[in-house]
Amino acid sequence: MPTPLATKLLTSKWTKAVLFLLCVGPLVGIIVPFLRHDIIPDPLEFIQHDTGDWTLRFLVFTLGITPLRQLLHLPELIRFRRMLGLFAFFYACLHFSTYLVFDKIFDIHEIWKDIYKRPFITVGFLAFTLLIPLAITSTAGWIRRLGGRRWRILHRAIYVSAVCGVIHYYWLVKSAVIRPLFYAALVGSLLAWRVGDWLLRRRRTALANAVAPQRAPINVSQ
Amino acid sequence: MLRKPTDLTYADVTPKSVYANRRNFLRGAGLAFIGAYVGKRLFDMAASPSVAAGTKLTTIKSPFSTDEKINSFNDVTHYNNFYEFGVDKGDPAKNAQKFVTSPWTVSVSGEVKKSRKFSLDEILKLAPLEERIYRHRCVEGWSIVVPWIGLSFSALANLVEPTPKARFVAFESYYDIGQMPLGRYAGIQLPYVEGLRLDEAMHPLTLLCVGMYGETLPNQDGAPVRLVVPWKYGFKSIKSLVKIRFVKDQPPTTWNMSASQEYGFYSNVNPTVDHPRWSQARERRLPDLFKSHKTLMFNGYGDQVASLYAGMDLRKSY
Repeated sequence: MPTPLATKLLTSKWTKAVLFLLCVGPLVGIIVPFLRHDIIPDPLEFIQHDTGDWTLRFLVFTLGITPLRQLLHLPELIRFRRMLGLFAFFYACLHFSTYLVFDKIFDIHEIWKDIYKRPFITVGFLAFTLLIPLAITSTAGWIRRLGGRRWRILHRAIYVSAVCGVIHYYWLVKSAVIRPLFYAALVGSLLAWRVGDWLLRRRRTALANAVAPQRAPINVSQ
Repeated sequence: MLRKPTDLTYADVTPKSVYANRRNFLRGAGLAFIGAYVGKRLFDMAASPSVAAGTKLTTIKSPFSTDEKINSFNDVTHYNNFYEFGVDKGDPAKNAQKFVTSPWTVSVSGEVKKSRKFSLDEILKLAPLEERIYRHRCVEGWSIVVPWIGLSFSALANLVEPTPKARFVAFESYYDIGQMPLGRYAGIQLPYVEGLRLDEAMHPLTLLCVGMYGETLPNQDGAPVRLVVPWKYGFKSIKSLVKIRFVKDQPPTTWNMSASQEYGFYSNVNPTVDHPRWSQARERRLPDLFKSHKTLMFNGYGDQVASLYAGMDLRKSY
């Protein structure tokens, strides 16, 4: 059960600032080893793997908000969902940039060839591009412009993006599929929870309608 | 299928125990995840990256050496694939420190007149040890330059006298789940096996390698004895060698068994044949960020080895 303290913590303006700093942490973790002149034999792989990992993690965090709100009875958690989603997009941008700049040196022709020829690039690119409209429409203004219902439908694209991201990882590794499967399990259970929640709601609505059919017109007119 | 609505009670919809357990499970899973992550970070910090000093080896120079810039000892010893010790390229340096490599014997058998075992001491005395500075190209698209130490594999092969029936050589790595518990999660079948055609194995460039950077091999780089085949992708250069068999038919090889469309038996470095998931035209000479180097046919050893493949379609025999 949420305590008043938990609610107070979650609604404090400082919590958001602290969370923001935590979300920047992985970026610091990528930069600091270079500043310290640590042994980084393959800097590109280090940056690519780390930014890719963090993109998937932030997608999982973002998808985790809705189930956690309900299961922990902490609706205030919604305050952090946009930030987490935007950080997923931020790390996805860094991840894509390393590919664009270092791997392909801005060779757009080579990139199209890659996307066309190599399935793991195709799904990775899809996962990334799907996040772009979501990042753009993440503001309150865009929610108003689109209307809540249409906005929610559009933002379901994150489900596809997360699944594509996991497939991208799975197809990338040579043989060690344990970590991609771990992400697959996380994303899978978060999506399964949504399906379960949707079925449960449908059943409740059906039940309410069946038990009190006369009340239905009154509800509709509200 | 459908029950009458009146049969249902609220408890039918959400059994209380299930509901509560699910919450606990999710909380527990979350805590476990955070705990595991923090634990791993602490462990990584505690594990020191120090390398056990090797024994110095006396060597002579080799005409096969390149004069390209050698990679640092630290880079080469902290970035390599050795799936028996973990699948990250930083793992072998951390996890191979306690690997016991003495005493060590290599058994040689099959289509030979004199099958026998070699101790490491015997291998070290087969021929004068040479320092060979080779380019090393990984199938993943990166490359390094390493001063290996060893002798031509042919020196050992000639001692056991292969019979005319021998057409291939099969190699096998050491594998002990007790010493290599992470081998379970490698995703490839172990022990690691590799193979060469007899003429490839007998080529003077094929190195039976016992050291690098003036010393015996560090554990994580395939101690105490490995193969180095510089014109092929790195995974052909099998590590921690224990068995050699001269055979009639082409032997199975580990990565080929894992994904035959991606890793062929020959696996010669070839810029014109892409890996299905990435181009092989260019490579990153570590620690470069960019793919600054054009990949050379046979990794630049074409003058010496191209004749081995005369008349073969290297697109098919990749």
